[in-house]
Amino acid sequence: MATIDETKSEAGSGDAPKYKVIGTRPIRHDGSDKVTGRALYGADIKVKGMLYGATHRSPHAHAIIKSIDTSRAEALPGVRAVATSADMPEPGDKIAELGEGAVNLNHLSSNNLARTKVLYKGHPIAAVAADNIHIAQEAASLIEVEYEVLPPVLDVLKAMEDDAPVLNPDVHTEEMASGETGDKPSNIAKHLVYEKGDIAKGFADAKYVVEREFRTATVHQGYIEPHVATALWNNDGQITVWTSTQGTFSVRQQVAELLDVPLARVKVVPMEIGGGFGGKISVYLAPAAAVLSRKSGMPVQLVMDRADVLQATGPTPGSYIKVKMGADADGRITAAEAWMAYEAGGYPGSPIGAGCMCVFSCYDVPNGRVEGYDVCVNKPRTNAYRAPGATNAAFATETVVDELCEQIGMAPIDFRLLNASKEGTRRVDGVTYPRIGLVETLEAIKNSEHFNSPLEGENQGRGIACGFWFNAGLKSAVTATVNSDGSVGLLEGSTDIGGSRTAIAMQFAETLGIAAEDIKPAVVDTDSVGYTDVTGGSRVTYATGWAAYEAGKDLQRQIVARAAELWEVDPASVSYEDGCVVGPDKRVPFKEIAIELSTAGEPLVGRGVSNHNEPGGAFGAHVVDVEVDPDTGKVDILRYTAAQDCGTAIHPAYVEGQIQGGAVQGIGWGLNEEYWYDTEGSMRNANFLDYRIPTCYDLPMIETIIVEVPNPGHPYGVRGVGEVPIVPPPAALEAAIHEAVDVRLYELPMSPPRVLHELLKKQS
Amino acid sequence: MPRLFVPPLLRPFCEGEEEVVVEGSTVLEAVQSLDAQYPGTLERLCPEGKLRAGIAVTVDQNVTPRGLAQKVTPESEIHFLPAIGGG
Repeated sequence: MATIDETKSEAGSGDAPKYKVIGTRPIRHDGSDKVTGRALYGADIKVKGMLYGATHRSPHAHAIIKSIDTSRAEALPGVRAVATSADMPEPGDKIAELGEGAVNLNHLSSNNLARTKVLYKGHPIAAVAADNIHIAQEAASLIEVEYEVLPPVLDVLKAMEDDAPVLNPDVHTEEMASGETGDKPSNIAKHLVYEKGDIAKGFADAKYVVEREFRTATVHQGYIEPHVATALWNNDGQITVWTSTQGTFSVRQQVAELLDVPLARVKVVPMEIGGGFGGKISVYLAPAAAVLSRKSGMPVQLVMDRADVLQATGPTPGSYIKVKMGADADGRITAAEAWMAYEAGGYPGSPIGAGCMCVFSCYDVPNGRVEGYDVCVNKPRTNAYRAPGATNAAFATETVVDELCEQIGMAPIDFRLLNASKEGTRRVDGVTYPRIGLVETLEAIKNSEHFNSPLEGENQGRGIACGFWFNAGLKSAVTATVNSDGSVGLLEGSTDIGGSRTAIAMQFAETLGIAAEDIKPAVVDTDSVGYTDVTGGSRVTYATGWAAYEAGKDLQRQIVARAAELWEVDPASVSYEDGCVVGPDKRVPFKEIAIELSTAGEPLVGRGVSNHNEPGGAFGAHVVDVEVDPDTGKVDILRYTAAQDCGTAIHPAYVEGQIQGGAVQGIGWGLNEEYWYDTEGSMRNANFLDYRIPTCYDLPMIETIIVEVPNPGHPYGVRGVGEVPIVPPPAALEAAIHEAVDVRLYELPMSPPRVLHELLKKQS
Repeated sequence: MPRLFVPPLLRPFCEGEEEVVVEGSTVLEAVQSLDAQYPGTLERLCPEGKLRAGIAVTVDQNVTPRGLAQKVTPESEIHFLPAIGGG
């Protein structure tokens, strides 16, 4: 791992910060519990009197529900309650803002327990609570549903055809920002367009033009821990939910909205989370568990198995993308155009907006046009997955760039450096970039030992690609309580994915000039901390870290005031510097003053909130070496290096971990992962044996290069890290495969059968 | 004077203009100024006085959570983009 300090500016000041805690690698506060298996995850909670739940799911991908008969299930001994959509309030046509995006509550409710139609195989229809899981599962199987089976629509382009069966009668095509909507129900939920410059002139000015069509398969986040929710609807009307989630406050709001109860009546307790990646923001089980609890009077736990997770939670969309790009004789991009259709799944809401904004985000495009469509198909409703929408888009653009380079006769790294987005570049969607680090990231790859090492084996190739994600700010809150021994309890609302509680504690520690080990961070329930948006959007280290910084500053102010009082001096003569409170004639370290103040007055409690939105955006550039087996089409990764601008690496090991994890997921997406549907709309590989996520046997160590171009929009220069690294891998792999065996692949995954097909086609 | 970038699908209602110089010290006032020049655009962007669902406001370089209430300066750029969520 190499660390490159590019500008060493603190929040854009140009001065080199001298951090004491930031940039170090303390042991994570939750490490011991995690490695010993003592940490409590979603399914580990056992509440007194708890019942076990099971769900009846649709065997059809598309059908009208004509009737539901639960009588046989209810009659089974040991069954305590059965719930259907009839037990949930009608949400009506209401849109709820969930911080990171809005949701149609009618769709969300129907996705939890289907009302009139089922829109994908595995769509939940009813749930049962019983004395044990075996009775619950048997009871669920006894529920009888009468269907009118409809033809499924599984392909995004077919779903857009005029005569395609329509999934949602309430969905009309919405033209973004114009207020115009289609006059009849449609599978096309949204249409959007971005334009910049003169696209016709741009292509007329091009000496080289490449236009290609791409398809990407539906893929899942592949978190190891399945969804689980335990709910108690108490006699006093209070609802408690224990769950593994990326956002306790988001779960609270969704549960409250769907069950039509006040927010204050719902408490969500976060359990440790075994992966989310965007897929554990929407609720799937908590509302039904709560309804079952209300009906039975007992706490109820609902757990998904792997097949449920794959078939009925939120994967990332399959897509069709057409990209056309032109460049002049010098290799400068003159025009770029994209036409993109993303599968939303059963209900609207694919990440098409982000995909359209990301498709040319790495390049200075003088003339551009992007058109996008959000399209309903009979697959589970898509949800966020690391940089949602960006990986699909980057696969298309970066592959076209690689072909352009081939035509021009220019090294792909030099083409990217020539055309790279930088501060002031205006994207096709119109927004200009603040200070960003794409050029520095590309240079880090260009100067890397990997990139400059020879690659000489037969059927071996090297490819590069880059990627972008916006990152987010949004709202966070933390509370810090100083203990009588000078240690600090830090309460936060951001569920910890990837070590964030330590990264937050480190920023707090840096602010107060104390050790990270003196802080005990805890992720607490929704009644115990201020509102905090989801752990997603690469926002936590940035936004909750900023809240921790503010809490530290708050404590500094309190300590200065209290010390002045204690020392009987003018408060103006007291300051807080470098971990010490400094008076006219003394300098006392934090720990000492904290002990002194704990006996001399009220408790020291600091609060910090954040609602800043200058996350800066982040870029990554990856290089990969592959070897392709010409007999089988199998692609082996020989070496992989990922460089990324993280602004400031708070805990470099976590930054490396995020980059490595994202790259690995991108590799899986690129080489193997796909939802395999039969013509009836049944997923035929709903298990981890056939849905192939990479394992340690498939990968070398992912090498990382941390580039630090501090974000001026953060006190410590932080940029989010977690999402960017999933964006470049498929395109980098495609370029490497092409160099290795001289075939192009325009469809994901680039699995052995697909690669072999292209190899055989080339031979014939 | 702030510059309001007109989303492409709204441009037919703004005589094809890509960007419009507007008046105002908030996004809402800027959109009201747009509406004064191109009647009907306020209701299209902000039905019932609220920003249309699924749309986010970007002022200068950053998405703002304050939406229509976000203050703007004479040098500001205002963009309307899809609201997006991360993973």
